[in-house]
Amino acid sequence: MTQIKKLQFQRKHFSYPYIVICVVFVVIPLFILAGYALIDSDGNLSLSNFVDLLNSATTYMVFGQTLMLSFLTTLICLILAYPLALLLSNASINRSRTIVLLFIIPMWINFLLRTFALRELLSMLGLGEGYFSVLIGMVYDLFPFMLLPLYTILSGMDKSYKEAGSDLGASSWQNFVRVTLPLSVPGIVSGIMMTFMPALSSFAINDMLGDAHLFLFGNMVNDLYGLNMWNYASALAMIMLIFVGLVMLVGNRFNRRNIRSLGGAKQ
Amino acid sequence: MTNVAKKKTKVVVGRTIIWLSIAILYLPLLVILVFSFTTSNTMTWSGFSTQLFSNVFTHPEISSALTNTLIIALASAALATLIGTLASVGIFYLKKPLKQIVNAGSQITILNADIVTAIAFMLLFISISNIGIPLPDGYPTLIIAHTVFTIPFVILAVNPKLRRLNPNLYEAGLDLGAGHMRTMWTVIFPQLLTGMITGFAIAFTLSLEDFIVSQYNKGSIETISTLIYSSISRGLDPTFRALSSIVFVTVLVAMLVFNAVSSQRAKLSERLRRALHSVK
Repeated sequence: MTQIKKLQFQRKHFSYPYIVICVVFVVIPLFILAGYALIDSDGNLSLSNFVDLLNSATTYMVFGQTLMLSFLTTLICLILAYPLALLLSNASINRSRTIVLLFIIPMWINFLLRTFALRELLSMLGLGEGYFSVLIGMVYDLFPFMLLPLYTILSGMDKSYKEAGSDLGASSWQNFVRVTLPLSVPGIVSGIMMTFMPALSSFAINDMLGDAHLFLFGNMVNDLYGLNMWNYASALAMIMLIFVGLVMLVGNRFNRRNIRSLGGAKQ
Repeated sequence: MTNVAKKKTKVVVGRTIIWLSIAILYLPLLVILVFSFTTSNTMTWSGFSTQLFSNVFTHPEISSALTNTLIIALASAALATLIGTLASVGIFYLKKPLKQIVNAGSQITILNADIVTAIAFMLLFISISNIGIPLPDGYPTLIIAHTVFTIPFVILAVNPKLRRLNPNLYEAGLDLGAGHMRTMWTVIFPQLLTGMITGFAIAFTLSLEDFIVSQYNKGSIETISTLIYSSISRGLDPTFRALSSIVFVTVLVAMLVFNAVSSQRAKLSERLRRALHSVK
């Protein structure tokens, strides 16, 4: 018994290099970031960076535009990806994994190269730079991140739930709304997280496809950084970090509740 | 309409939608592929030529960015796979509060906005050189940053394999006199190999794909992403068309071959299993 305990004690040591890395390269940088954010232009500890940012109309405009664009991107991705994931996971329509792979392959191509390709195509089609092009670019870039979790959960779904539904007289629409859709919520949540989060910080797509009207969170941080206003940039990054933390909490809560309700369904 | 005919239409419509979506997804890449064979600066046809393809390897900026990107991706993916696989095994045996803390650390790394990660790394590297530890910008900073932010993805890829692993294997290794390192290397790693390969592939791609973290920590070197970004304003060199086509075709062929080989292997082993079964 003591020997087994000793062995287990040894085995968990394999995680220690990573824990050290986490502390040095993940936790400490966040404290440094907070430090920069809390130091004002005179070098004193204060909340003035945050106060300045929260008093500036630009901040709200930038956050509003960024949230709106990220929301629209995520929504369009979801609306396009869900039916496609249903089709791909339907055994009578698609049995081939290669076709699913075809949807993922573009992810292996550098996204700036893909955006560059898209820009050339859009200009050939007569679509110039602007909000609409940025939106297309964001959806084009992030679409696989929505499709993949949806496909994974839909194709892994136990068929017997649906069969039970139709045995009990549900129409295919009822079956979808009351069985398939609720069971796919974890996939929807992770798809939303995987699309929405990168959308929040992207700015290169806006630089490549947008006109000067759209100014995103990423652009603002990048500009502040370019102007050597690191303290403001850090404060802005802290605000984003807090926002990401909140989304993470909500996402986790959602998933946990879902797992619990699935457990309930099984009993 | 009969039920059979209805089902048939559904299948045809469904397949059409799938292929149409694939067509839309690939259209920009195909347009670029076509225009890689002509040298004009804008996207107009000015006669067939393979000049752009040879330019990729002779263009000093592009070829050095390509080399940098590949070296950084290989080095960071290899490091991330090693550290991540070890961590995955270690975390499996951690006790609750510490386990949760480490998992939360991984989750922060995955979900954090790229730009926050990028700035945090930049400030860290500045602080490190401020306290007198020499850390040159460029390869060292980028390899460290890419390794750190890809480790959690390796852990995610290895974990499912680890859960299915027979826990007695490790014990057996130790009982037969191998040390922890040797057991890990000769018993556990081979069992986790598919997960490790997946993790390596994910880490490698994330590193290739990365733009924001590289942009903030690259020092004086360029990667493909940062080079494209910096050349947007002065108009993109047409050589990028050939580069993007080379990447596109390589990835497409590699993935399809890999997929064909692995499904062939799966079919073979299935047939073998059935044959063995019928012998019994």
